[in-house]
Amino acid sequence: MMRSFQPLRILARIFILPAAVILSAQLAVSAEHAPPAKKFLVPPPPFSPGIFPCSQCHQGMPANRTPRKLEMMHQDITLKHMPGGWCFDCHNPGNRDKLKLSNGRLVPFEESYNLCGQCHGTILREWKAGLHGKRTGSWNGEKQYLLCVHCHWPHEPAFKSLTPMPPPVRPADIK
Amino acid sequence: MSTRQNKKGMNRRAFLQGAAVGLAGLALPLDNAHASFWDAFFQKHFREMNDAEIKKVISRLENECEEKYKKTVSIGIEKPITGVQFGYGLDLSRCIGCRRCVYACVDENNQSLNPQIHWISVLRFKKGDKWVDLENSEKYYNPEKVPEKDYFYMPVQCQQCENPPCVRACPTQATWKEPDGIVVIDYNWCIGCRYCMAACPYGARRFNWASPNRPAEKINSRTHYLGNRPRYKGVVEKCTFCIQRSRNGRYPACVEACPVGARKFGNLLDPDSEIRYAIEHKRVFRLKEDLNTYPKFYYFFAYGR
Repeated sequence: MMRSFQPLRILARIFILPAAVILSAQLAVSAEHAPPAKKFLVPPPPFSPGIFPCSQCHQGMPANRTPRKLEMMHQDITLKHMPGGWCFDCHNPGNRDKLKLSNGRLVPFEESYNLCGQCHGTILREWKAGLHGKRTGSWNGEKQYLLCVHCHWPHEPAFKSLTPMPPPVRPADIK
Repeated sequence: MSTRQNKKGMNRRAFLQGAAVGLAGLALPLDNAHASFWDAFFQKHFREMNDAEIKKVISRLENECEEKYKKTVSIGIEKPITGVQFGYGLDLSRCIGCRRCVYACVDENNQSLNPQIHWISVLRFKKGDKWVDLENSEKYYNPEKVPEKDYFYMPVQCQQCENPPCVRACPTQATWKEPDGIVVIDYNWCIGCRYCMAACPYGARRFNWASPNRPAEKINSRTHYLGNRPRYKGVVEKCTFCIQRSRNGRYPACVEACPVGARKFGNLLDPDSEIRYAIEHKRVFRLKEDLNTYPKFYYFFAYGR
């Protein structure tokens, strides 16, 4: 009986093994090349002039994690965002030219929306869909997205009020 | 008889005949410079013209603009894109009433500066009041800073109705709905009767009581025949979703001017467009829905309950 099955087993070895190898390889490839997170076309982040890259000053400077009033630099920043927050909730103490997500992943300033989206997830979803925030460009083609920080200064994110443009002329004032 | 006539010069009949011909010659422009007068007089309806005839009309109008403004104005005739129905969304929870859109529209669409014409009216309502009362709304508000506490703002412009009352009111068919949903006006066919203005429930149409007054350096030279080309005294005009931009794939000027991103624009037939996202995920409403005009202009509150 065993003898009669031998050819089958050999056949199985010939076909199934390579098939398994190919399949697993394909799985590995697809995991590696999962569709990359969609990149959004954004204008450069609104840095104060001359402030970026941060490493030009912070290179080699030890990170001070104690919340305190800043006196040497960045005095214009009063953190009115998250009670009890501090720089390194968002900024990266190592490479200062990147931001840090809470999972440790470093993101460039151009991708700061993912950082904001950690807390403001519903808003990030609507920003990606084009509902929150401003898009310019082409309604049926390439769109430019404004970053969160273009309208909401991250250290004090409430939208600043604007001076309105003049009201229309009243009919009574038409000469 | 004939000798007598010769003696006395012209008889009365000959004089009157001659005078009639002479006066006609004076009154009716016949020389080359006035050829465009006759071309304009006999211009066919825009939708009945073939491409060659449209081309001729366009070149005549471009010459007129060149003469008037000493500036080259290109008048486009971009056709509607198949499979596109334009829709507009406005997030009332985000509009701050800054009127940036109003003035961006004026500059993009060559509106008259004096007398002043605005295609967009921004209305202000007190929170909690009976606010859909459009006739008693405030549009002359002028505070130091906007937004003001306890107020919200609603910009109103042409709603591009699917069932536009203005089109039915027009006695000369000078206004009609294009296949992409934009209600347009042919300024060369408008006779200025203003029936459309009376028919519009949204007060979206504007009339040129005087010759539109806009300095040549402020003329946007990229125009469309049915949109922002320079208009005449005595014709009606209104928002066209910036037909000269939207048919070329661009956002209307008001969308790009809005500092808070309250204005959304896109193709209603494209499930991935932001206007479709708004309709499917937010509670949208349209102005005066009870009139069965089916506007393609959707208002919504993205935040708040």
